[in-house]
Amino acid sequence: MKIKQLSIFLQNRMGSLSKPLEILSDADVNIRAMCMADTSEFGILRLVVDDPVKGKEALEKNNFLVKITDIIGVEMNDTPGGLTTVLKIIRDNEIDLEYLYAFSHEKEGKAILLLHSDNIDKLISALKENGIVIVPSDEVYNL
Amino acid sequence: MFWNEEIETMPRQDLEELQLKKLQATVKRAFDKIPYYNKRYSEAEVFPEDIETLKDIEKLPFITKDDLRESYPFGLFAVDIKEIKELHSSSGTTGKPVVSGYTEKDLDTWAETTARGLTMMGIGEDDIIQNTHGYGMFTGGFGVHYGSHKIGAAIIPISTGQTRRQIEIMSDFGATGLIFTPSYGIHIGEVALEDGIDPKDLGIKAIGFGAEGWTEEIRQRVEELFGCKAYNIYGLTELMGPGVGVECEAQEGLHIAEDIYYPEIIDPNTGKTLGADTPGELVLTNIEREGMPVIRFRTKDLTKLTYEKCSCGRTHARMSRITGRSDDMIKVKGVAIFPSQIEKALLKVGDVEPHYMIIVTRPGTLDEIEVKVEASKDIFFDGVKEMMGIQQKIAKSIENETGIRVKVTLVEPKTLPRFEGKAKRVIDERNLH
Repeated sequence: MKIKQLSIFLQNRMGSLSKPLEILSDADVNIRAMCMADTSEFGILRLVVDDPVKGKEALEKNNFLVKITDIIGVEMNDTPGGLTTVLKIIRDNEIDLEYLYAFSHEKEGKAILLLHSDNIDKLISALKENGIVIVPSDEVYNL
Repeated sequence: MFWNEEIETMPRQDLEELQLKKLQATVKRAFDKIPYYNKRYSEAEVFPEDIETLKDIEKLPFITKDDLRESYPFGLFAVDIKEIKELHSSSGTTGKPVVSGYTEKDLDTWAETTARGLTMMGIGEDDIIQNTHGYGMFTGGFGVHYGSHKIGAAIIPISTGQTRRQIEIMSDFGATGLIFTPSYGIHIGEVALEDGIDPKDLGIKAIGFGAEGWTEEIRQRVEELFGCKAYNIYGLTELMGPGVGVECEAQEGLHIAEDIYYPEIIDPNTGKTLGADTPGELVLTNIEREGMPVIRFRTKDLTKLTYEKCSCGRTHARMSRITGRSDDMIKVKGVAIFPSQIEKALLKVGDVEPHYMIIVTRPGTLDEIEVKVEASKDIFFDGVKEMMGIQQKIAKSIENETGIRVKVTLVEPKTLPRFEGKAKRVIDERNLH
């Protein structure tokens, strides 16, 4: 159920993003979703790929600093207010969300929201109790 | 103008005779009174009677900062503590500090060297000197202070800091001589300009500066700001303090008080003595010191010596501006920092010693130091907050270790240059050479 996300340390300088992406492409690893957290000096590139283990190995072989982080994906309606519904549940359960990003699903009218919290198990149970669909990790890897 | 014309303009042959006599006496006293020298010289099978010419000094082993440290605190004193009138010490940021002990006569000798220096700079009994060097264990403050007393000038022992007050006192008291580190001097000048005071109107006649690296451009900037000449002062706590070498009005090198300090230049790698006008590491010997004679001290400062008579009439050797260090020490804001301190600080943060590099710059007039640290598994987290926390933790740890605030930048693994053999950890972009 938990998705293995790759977190990659990057310096904030021109061109630093292209190298890891090239490595993944050469290793035939496909990127499903990505987001970048950055400061003026460094950034953390977060990627969901079809084969996290293979992706991590390829990057590490090229000296990148990579960590595998557990995140979850939830299905939401791709309509106004879809995101708010999910966030309200998280707030009402007093869960501290570290970050989130989203991308649209191939399923008509649906989007996938990727979430990370330090307390990921509590996050899963709170969402489930409120009838939110947690997308199985395989489904995200193989969209 | 001379403070001690007879000595300062002494023909070289006479000077060398005087040096030899003093050197022989110093080596004999050190051998007889200080167990350290007795042991070292006996092991090297060199004895006081082997010093027959000045060149024979090369037979004696060097003494290093580590040796001085091992003798902490009073192991190298040649006299009983009741003869000692004053104690100073280096900052001790790299382990035990080095202690310097002065007898009454040593304090007078020290004052003699700075008195000569102040006179060279054109400062005399009519002048008011504002001394922004710190007063305390650091020798910078007191060295100038005693010299000023000797020449009969009025000294303002204001120490460093409180820049606006410095400017007010300077103007109200009518200071005519200033003593500062170059970067602090430029800072004072710029603050004055901001407040609508032109430092040129303060009536400063001469500036003495030292305690950190500088370039000709920095000197020009200081001279333009204050509208007067700025002179370099060199010295080190291990030997006595400031006054080892001072520039005269010709500004063509610092005159070493050669009747008090015997200078040599060596190849830092082989230890071989080099000739005149050849750059190398400065080695100094106290030939006029009662409390703590230091013989063949490796300063680690890189410079060269010339023995040509100066246009000012002085015959004492001149050393050129210090162009660097034979070890990795850097001076930032007047404070000595060694890469080993940064290493220690980094080890306190993570378990593994990360690869790092120290970059020193001077974007405006003040030094800045940046420490680039390669991120590792140890210190990588999937959160910007945590990573910023790591940076702050490293910066705090370095500040605790060195007393200097630094900017810490995390860089990708394996992106800093690797070196075969001894790693080069410091990039000095201040362009002081």
